[in-house]
Amino acid sequence: MVGESRLGKVYVIVIFLLPSLVGLVAFNVIPIIHSIYASLTEWDLITPAKFIGIENYLGIFQDENSVKGMINTFKFVGGYIPLALFLSLIFAALLDMKLRWIKLYRALFFVPVIISWVVVSLIWLWLFNSDTGLINYLLSMLGIQGPMWLQDESTAMLAVIIASLSKDLGYFTIILLSGLQGISDEYYESADIDGANAFQKFFKITIPCLTPILFFVLVILLITSLQVFDQVYVMTGGGPYGSTRTLVLEIYDNAFQLNKAGFACAQAWFLVIIIWIVTVSQNKLQKRWVHYDSI
Amino acid sequence: MIRYKKDLILKVMVHGILIITLFALIFPFIWMLFGAFKDANEVIQMPPKIFPSKFNLTNFSEIRSLFPVELFLFNSILVALVSTLLQMIFCAAAGYIFAKVSFKGRELLFTLYLITMMIPQQLIMITLYKVFVGMNLQNTYLGIILPGTYNALGIFLLRQHISTISDSFLEAGFMDGASHFRVFRQIILPLCKPALATLAILAFMGSWNAFLWPLIITSDTRLATLPLGLSKLQSRWTTSWNLLMAGNVVSFIPMLLVYIFAQRYFIKSISLSGVKG
Repeated sequence: MVGESRLGKVYVIVIFLLPSLVGLVAFNVIPIIHSIYASLTEWDLITPAKFIGIENYLGIFQDENSVKGMINTFKFVGGYIPLALFLSLIFAALLDMKLRWIKLYRALFFVPVIISWVVVSLIWLWLFNSDTGLINYLLSMLGIQGPMWLQDESTAMLAVIIASLSKDLGYFTIILLSGLQGISDEYYESADIDGANAFQKFFKITIPCLTPILFFVLVILLITSLQVFDQVYVMTGGGPYGSTRTLVLEIYDNAFQLNKAGFACAQAWFLVIIIWIVTVSQNKLQKRWVHYDSI
Repeated sequence: MIRYKKDLILKVMVHGILIITLFALIFPFIWMLFGAFKDANEVIQMPPKIFPSKFNLTNFSEIRSLFPVELFLFNSILVALVSTLLQMIFCAAAGYIFAKVSFKGRELLFTLYLITMMIPQQLIMITLYKVFVGMNLQNTYLGIILPGTYNALGIFLLRQHISTISDSFLEAGFMDGASHFRVFRQIILPLCKPALATLAILAFMGSWNAFLWPLIITSDTRLATLPLGLSKLQSRWTTSWNLLMAGNVVSFIPMLLVYIFAQRYFIKSISLSGVKG
């Protein structure tokens, strides 16, 4: 790179990189390193931390709430991801068709994605209300006695999953749609010549060509759903009886409400390790099902 | 002819499925809008009435008397604009260095930036809260905005984009005696407008909707952004749906307007970067 004098170059590098370097060091490296230490202490965020070794990490698997938080998070992940993948794949395929108004459909599909979680959660809180909510009213019109939804241990998580799908579906649909649009028409044309039907084309061309994007969507789904917080905080606060208390809600409560910041740090590290394991194993497993050569 | 008929039936079916699904996705927002105009009795009436009996603004003036909603709105706009602007400047500046100005250890440093993308917010926030309290940044706008100004993904995006700009453009600038600053401002920035637009949308959306960090770093209601204010409203008036929905509408409308005007860029941004707001 030609340019100014050596000194001028150093000057430019420093000025241009400084803001992000401050962010890197002060908002990332230092907190990360410090949280390793904090996770080994008993700490209430106010008085000095007391070193207690790996006790917090043992506590993650012994503390009743912590275990419940893990189970609830896995329940959410297990319910939400298959539905999100399946539905977004279907709607991406439909939105990929050449139809009138298709651009309008795509634009409308995306609306819930841009609205904040708090707004969406408050609306669903009302819709799911067992006395004045629209959902139970609609069910009653069909002759079904609706459940208590958010006040019932057995249905609260389902309600949270439905609300989450309503907001996130458009996001994953649009990503998969962009993948579909990237598949060359030639594949379909030669399949037509060979006399393939729509189902054969979908399973033999569309799905294999889409696997890199599907893989990406799956990884994002796993990472974000393991961190589920906003909707649970607003819709249930973790209740009833802790049935929707997820890991991040546990971390938040322990750190900022229950004066157990050291324990919360250990839980946060545990979450990070789960996320890493999931991401790395996805990356290993992808070799078995993701096709890169065909695109 | 048979083929044509089959196609038509298929098309009608697809239209039907899409319209029903879209109705299910969009109706909650319409219901919110109607709810915001209903009075306290009308909103819990069973069987529910779809349309409010009259469109008056009583709910809005009532939440204004209970909560400083216009202040929440102001806070949200301020935080989102400043945060977006800073992210654009910082990311473009860092992206320029990582793409065009080589120095020893540059790749290593860039890898470090990329690694931070894999660290979830929850790990950082506890210690960061403590650091910010120590720096007296609790309950300040700066405290809300600062952590978001570091955006590794944005830097990555801008670096990739600036890398595609030919060196000959820059060299021509330097030949004319321009400094790095001038080359950056007059050559690089205009050429990476699409990437900056993408970043702006992601940054604005992220900041407008941010909840967890503002919740932690502020306790003063006067500093609450809209999502935070709404959740406070909810903890006070748990089932005053008309008031809650009126608050929701205040938060919903600005984002919707931004979306309507920049709709093309939104969808492009998301499919390009694959980031979740």
